[in-house]
This record gives sequence, C-alpha cells and structure tokens, in this order.
Amino acid sequence: MATVSFTIDGKNVMAEEGTSLLEAAKSAGIEIPHLCYMEGLATGACRLCVVEVEGQKNLAASCVFPVANKLVVKTATERVIRARKNVIELLLSDHPLDCMTCEKSGACGLEKYAYELGVTGSRFAGERHHYPLDDTNPFFFRDYNKCILCGRCVLACNDVQFVEAINFAHRGFGCKIAAPYDRSLKDSTCIFCGQCVASCPTGALVEKSRCAAGREWDLQKVTTTCSYCGVGCTLELSVKDGRIVKVTTPADAVVNKGRLCVKGRFGWDYVHSPERLTAPLIRVGEKGEGKFREATWDEALDLVARKFSEIKSESGSDSLACLSSAKCTNEENYLVQKFVRAVLGTNNVDHCARL
Amino acid sequence: MAGLATTFGSGAMTSSISELRDTDCIFVIGSNTSENHPIIGLEVMEGVRHGKTKLIVADPRRIRMVDFASLWLRQKPGTDVALLNGLLNIIILENLVDTEFIAGRTEGFEEVKKLVAEYTPETTSRITGVPVDDLKEAARLYAKSPKACILFAMGITQHTTGTDNVMAIANLAMATGHVGKEGSGVCPLRGQNNVQGACDMGALPNVLPGYQPVTDAAARAKLEQAWGTSLPDKPGLTLMEMMAAAEHGKVRGMYIMGEEPAINDPNSTHVRAALKKLDFLVVQNIFLGETGKYADVVLPGASFAEKDGTFTNTERRIQRVRQAIPALGQCKPDWVITSGIASRMGYPMNYRHPSEIMEEIAGVTPIYGGVHYDRLDKSGLQWPCRSREDAGTKYLHKDSFSRGKGKFMPVAYKEAFELPDAEYPIIFSTGRILYHWHGGTMSRQSKGLAEIAPEAMVEISPVDAAKLKLADGDIAELASRRGKIQAKVKVTDESPDGVAFMTFHFTEAPANLLTVDALDPVAKIPELKVCAIKMEKVWAKPASGE
Ligand code: SF4
Ligand code: SF4
Ligand code: SF4
Repeated sequence: MATVSFTIDGKNVMAEEGTSLLEAAKSAGIEIPHLCYMEGLATGACRLCVVEVEGQKNLAASCVFPVANKLVVKTATERVIRARKNVIELLLSDHPLDCMTCEKSGACGLEKYAYELGVTGSRFAGERHHYPLDDTNPFFFRDYNKCILCGRCVLACNDVQFVEAINFAHRGFGCKIAAPYDRSLKDSTCIFCGQCVASCPTGALVEKSRCAAGREWDLQKVTTTCSYCGVGCTLELSVKDGRIVKVTTPADAVVNKGRLCVKGRFGWDYVHSPERLTAPLIRVGEKGEGKFREATWDEALDLVARKFSEIKSESGSDSLACLSSAKCTNEENYLVQKFVRAVLGTNNVDHCARL
Repeated sequence: MAGLATTFGSGAMTSSISELRDTDCIFVIGSNTSENHPIIGLEVMEGVRHGKTKLIVADPRRIRMVDFASLWLRQKPGTDVALLNGLLNIIILENLVDTEFIAGRTEGFEEVKKLVAEYTPETTSRITGVPVDDLKEAARLYAKSPKACILFAMGITQHTTGTDNVMAIANLAMATGHVGKEGSGVCPLRGQNNVQGACDMGALPNVLPGYQPVTDAAARAKLEQAWGTSLPDKPGLTLMEMMAAAEHGKVRGMYIMGEEPAINDPNSTHVRAALKKLDFLVVQNIFLGETGKYADVVLPGASFAEKDGTFTNTERRIQRVRQAIPALGQCKPDWVITSGIASRMGYPMNYRHPSEIMEEIAGVTPIYGGVHYDRLDKSGLQWPCRSREDAGTKYLHKDSFSRGKGKFMPVAYKEAFELPDAEYPIIFSTGRILYHWHGGTMSRQSKGLAEIAPEAMVEISPVDAAKLKLADGDIAELASRRGKIQAKVKVTDESPDGVAFMTFHFTEAPANLLTVDALDPVAKIPELKVCAIKMEKVWAKPASGE
C-alpha cells in the first residue's frame, strides 16, 4: 500500500493509504474526540470526531474520512469546537443528568467530552425518553434513557463476536437497540459475552455486579488469567474492599485481544459463593455422609501427615496415590508431584487431563 | 495427547492461537470450538469473515462453527478414523501429497499409504455417511491450501479409538506438509485452564517435569540431586487405575487436590465406591463437592483470585495469575498447603512465594529453562523456552520434529466399544456447553451462569422426538446397561437422528452414570462420546397457553 503525507494541526504526518484521518491522527499522537468509533470499526454516526479539511465546505467525520496526499487538516478550530459542543448538547437534551449516581461516571465518554468542552446542560428542550430499566438478563442492565444510539454495541456484537443478536430497531424518536422482535436477550441468539457492555461509552449498558459496589476511580485493577478454559484469556479484575466488582480485559491482551466469553467476563462470582469452604474440616459422620467438624490448620495437617506416614510404612509407598489439578497453578502442580515422588515415594500421581 | 507424542514427539498444540486468523484453511473435527474454546472460535471466524480462511467442519451435530464453514461433513459418531483415512486416500490418489516433506521430514509413509488405500471414497462414504463429493472437496481444499491447520478436542480423544483418531490426524497433516510451518499445524485444544501446565509439570504417572520419563535414569538422577532424595523408577497408576486399585484395597490413602472425580469420571458409581473404600482420603478444594463428602480431612484452598502463580494455556503460553483479593476465611493457596504436609512428613518445603518455585522449575525442566517471573509480565512466554536469551517458541517442529522424523502410524477404523442395538437403540454422547465447565464445580456457583443454563438437557432431533413421542420440555428417562438418569428434553435439529447429546455439568443428572468406562488402550482416556441408551418419557410438559 502506498504511503501518503499530509498535515494535521501543522504537523507533518505519514500514513498508509486507506487509513482514516482519526486513526492517522492517533498514531501521530493527536487524539480526536469520538464516541461511536471503535478500533478498526467506524460508522460516522456520532459526528463528534469532525475536523476541518482545507478545501472542503463541510466538516468531515474523521473516523470515515480517508487520508490523502497533501491534505491540510485542523482538529480544533473554533468551528470544529462549536460543532462538537452542539453534538454534546444535543445528546444531553435527552439524557438524564444523574452523573452523581451513575455507575459509568469516571469512565463515561459523554461525561468526559461534556467536561472537556465545558457543556453544562442543553439549550435544546426536546422530547425526552422515559424507558423502564431493562433487567431481563442476569449479567447486565440496559438503560435506554442513557443510550446515545452510537451503535458501538451493535458493532461489538456483529463484527467482534459475530453473533448478530442486537441491532437498531424502529426509526425516529422510537429508535432503539434491541434483539429481533424486541424480545429479551435470553430469548435471542445472545451468548452473554458482554462485548456490548465493554464497548458502551455511556451508562446505558452496565454490569449488574458493579452496581453500588464502588465508584470507577476507587476500583483497583489487577491483571490475571482466566480460570475456566485452556484459551487463557487475560482478565482485568476490578476490586474494591476485598471483592471482585467487575471483570474487563485490555484491548491489547495477547491471546484474546479485548474479547472474552461469558465465563471469563461474568462467571467469576463463584469466588464469592457462600458455599466456599472456609476452614479445615475433619470427618465426624460416616464416609460419604458429608458430616464434618471444623479444625485448626495444625490439627488437620498433623493428622494428614501422620496418616500418610502410617499407610506408607504399613503398606508401602505405592499404596498412596494423588490427583493433582488442571485448575491449579503450575507451581502447585509441580509441588504436588514433587511431594508424591520425593516424600510419598511413588509415581502414583495423575490429574484429569484425560477428561 | 498420546497420539501426537508418538508421531511428533510432543503432544502439545503445534501452532499459536494468533496464527489461526492468518491461515488459508482450517479443518475442525471433534471440537465444538465456539462453545468450549470461545475465543479460539472467534479467531477462526475472524479469518473466515475477512475472506482469508476457508473452514471445514466435521461434526455429527450442527454446531455453531458450521455457520461459518464452506463445508460441513456430518460423519456418524465414532467414525472419525474412517473419515480421516478416506480423506488421506483421496489426497494420495489425486497426487496432492507434499512429497518433499514426506521424504525429508517423515518416516513410515508407505505403510500408511497401503492401509488407507482400503478407504476408497465409496467405502468411506458408506461408513461415515458423508457424501463422496464432499469427501473429495474437503480433501482437495485441505491439501491444496498453502497453509492449513487442524483443530480438535475431546470429540476426538474421548473414544476408545482416541489415540488412533489423533494419529490419523497427524498422518493427514504430515502427508500434506501442513505442520511445522507458520500458519500450518495440528492443534489439540486443551480443556481446562491449566491442563497443559499440569502435564508440563509432571502431574502424570509416567513423566517427571518437562516430559522426562520416570524410567530415564539420567533424568531421575538430575532430579534426585535437586530434590535431595531417591526417586521411584516404576511408572505409577493413572486416575482410572488408581480408582480400581482403591476399590480392591491396593491403594489405601489418597490426596485429591482441586478435582471432582466423583462427578467427572465416566462410570462414576465405581469412583464413589472406590473413594468410600479408602482408609484415608484428603480432599483439598475450594468447594466441598461430591468428592469432598467422602473425605476424612477437607482442606480449604484459595481461588485463582486469591493467589499468585502461573497457568499455561493451550498454545503453551505460560501466563501470570495474580492475587487480587485476600484469601477467604482460613483458606490457603494450594502450594502453601502441600508444603505444610511435606514439611510435617520430614521433608521441609520453605517457599516464600510461587516465583521461588518457578525458579526451581526452570532449573529442572529444560522446556521451562528460561521461564522467570520477571519475564512474564506483559505477554508470558511460550515453551520450549530454554534459557533467559530464548524468546520462546511460536510454533513447534520447525526444522525437525521433537522426535526427529515425524512418524506415520497406520491406523485402521474400529467400531465404537458399544453400538446401538434393538434394546438400546440410541447413541448417547456427552459434552459441554458454553455456560458451564466440567462438573460445574465453579460455574454452577456462578449465579448468572446457573440462571442462563439451570438444568440438564438432553438434545434429540425432531425425527427421534416424534418416534419417541417426546416434546420440548418433557422429562425423559435415559437408561444404559450401567444406569439411568432423568433429564429435560430439548428438541433441536442441531442433533443428528439417532443420537442423544447431554452435558456433564449437573450432579443431579450425572450423564456419566450412563457412559462406559472402556478406555483407550494407550492414552487411557475413557469413551465418553459414544455409548448406547434407550429413552422413555416420564413426565409430559403440560400444554401451555390457554
Ligand atoms: S452480550 Fe454479546 S452476544 Fe449478547 S448482545 Fe452483547 S455482544 Fe451481543
Ligand atoms: S447501548 Fe451504549 S453502545 Fe449501544 S448504542 Fe447505546 S450508548 Fe451506544
Ligand atoms: S474468557 Fe472464556 S474463552 Fe477466555 S479463557 Fe475464560 S473461559 Fe476461556
């Protein structure tokens, strides 16, 4: 592909032919505001990313405008700023201004640009939507009143996860994002990957787990690896007060590149299940009955060590066996097989890879 | 993956996940990729959607990947070897083999050629039920593509002929030169998050860390020195053999960490009997589970969010696990618990952090020789990674196979261990669904996942439903020669006629009470995919509406 050269805000920039202005600017370190654009996927719908291109009468949506030789582009002229303010004001004219309690606050695109452009409210007094909160699936809420119809969730569903569960439905004021026949997602082809939630720039799609669990800026992020399947997706756990609040993934994650499945994004709450074991137990009832009493670690481990030693000296090393785990870490598997071989003295160690 | 260890010298996935979106042809067989390895499924779809990749799916069920396929081969369950041999025969007949690769990189081709000659397109079609034209088209597409990958999973390995299936796949890849190159490879997709790592670490009865055989005196000597003890030289018992030995009183004490054999094992009645018979059972897990009920001592482990460590994914990538929250209650990471037991038995283990254990692993495991925590932060490392200077390995068998020459293995088609008959006319097959994982130990404790997929379903085709007078939502009793269970019926044209499919995530309807514990003779993998059952309605869903 040919390389073209042009200027953005007086800066000389080179880019591959076919690149959009927005992407070219980004690689040159110039961030153009945008709401509907997602990496590699552009619709030109929100018109926040407009710029002035010399020789063009109208402002150009930079996410869909291809670069060309000798273009002269300005990203922050008075005209551009005015247009952007207009876009935000229009959006706010039909948006609940409840940022103080909105779960998205601190990570919301609309809030960010309203702040940056100094838009405090709206001069446009228009009709407002009053939708009830959509609470029909176990993983996330959809609040249509906060939806700016940017279409990112639709792109995420169709072009990232290839599901096509949702799309724009109806026209005009009644336009909204919905599954076919406006059914609940549970009755659609939705696979609950949550890609739509991850891509939504506003509080229209929000994980249930995070509701009332902490403000965005108070969440501590820890990068780790998913505990379910062998793909090994990178997870970013958002944590507050010793509890996981939500799970996301970085766009540049090495294996999964910004995508997750339902188990990785939403299936982690087993960690906080009330059914978790919390103390060592020693059997009191019959075997298989499941009756136990709590014990201290010392008591439990002493008993284990004594019994294993007894069996080993009575019946030999090979009368002991161990199942290690494909769920545990490498370090734990290594230690278990070392324990079995070096301490118990047998090679009777296996795990369920076969299953 | 015993089959690949024989033919290539290593059982691991040869390619990297990221190569999949850049290959010309992907052949998926015995892998419900979008359900069991969702993000790998997406990588495949990515290539297909961008017009780069042509997809062939061989599966008795109409899985979601079929929507993206150029070609769908709907073979009868249990006929994979015949299908693969038949495809190879067409490739040979039409001169589409890579003669240079066969001559330079492999051995044993002539015998395979002789054997697969029996699998004429017509014979293959008769055994598998796949039309001759589709067989030819698939063979040509796979062989002629400049780069091609084969993806497979438990649908291939969970048969009495599982090892044969895998070797037949390896034959196909070697004959066409589709292995050991960027974008071409043989990809067994490993199930659980760290199956690969557990194998790498030697949690297997016949190998030490890094697949060094326990029978290899030199390997043992090295570890004996590192560990300051002498090591047993006789291979140990596999999981199924352990359970049998326990039932016969030969194994008296057992230590089970993070596993649920009482649900996950085929023929789980036997497993329960074995566990009950033990003199002393220690279960270490995050939930009590079914297995825990048989324990004498239960030790509470920490979840993945409560500890540091590493997992190795299906493409051999060692990645960090990082503690995000404090351990619940008195829970402790498994490595701390195991160290505690060892120390009390007179063998002190005084690790302060998993990174110290990894340093030891690197010292005794050549393929992990260059793995250190400070190198894992951003994107981990793919083994083999032998030294600090080694950047890791994207794809295996580049210039030569791990065993030297790739070994063609002639494998003949054998019928499944148990076939349907007049009394048990339906083929029963098990698998997983997207929303749950294995015995459901974790996933069923997730409220959302449990709500979306709350109960066991048995899937049958509309034709069978009509024959059995079953409707969507009815409850049916399923009986095999070994046991019976009840489950809700789902009528779907995803299922082929004559086959009932069920998941094994639900303890109240344990599908594995029905399955046979006939084992693959080499890999000792049980036949979970095919057995014979009968079905009968026990409860009819009331007509709804009015
Ligand atoms: S959860 Fe996934 S499948 Fe469902 S609507 Fe959102 S993006 Fe689509
Ligand atoms: S739900 Fe979110 S992502 Fe989807 S259109 Fe509305 S604002 Fe955009
Ligand atoms: S997020 Fe889904 S695909 Fe990724 S590792 Fe977890 S279970 Fe596997």
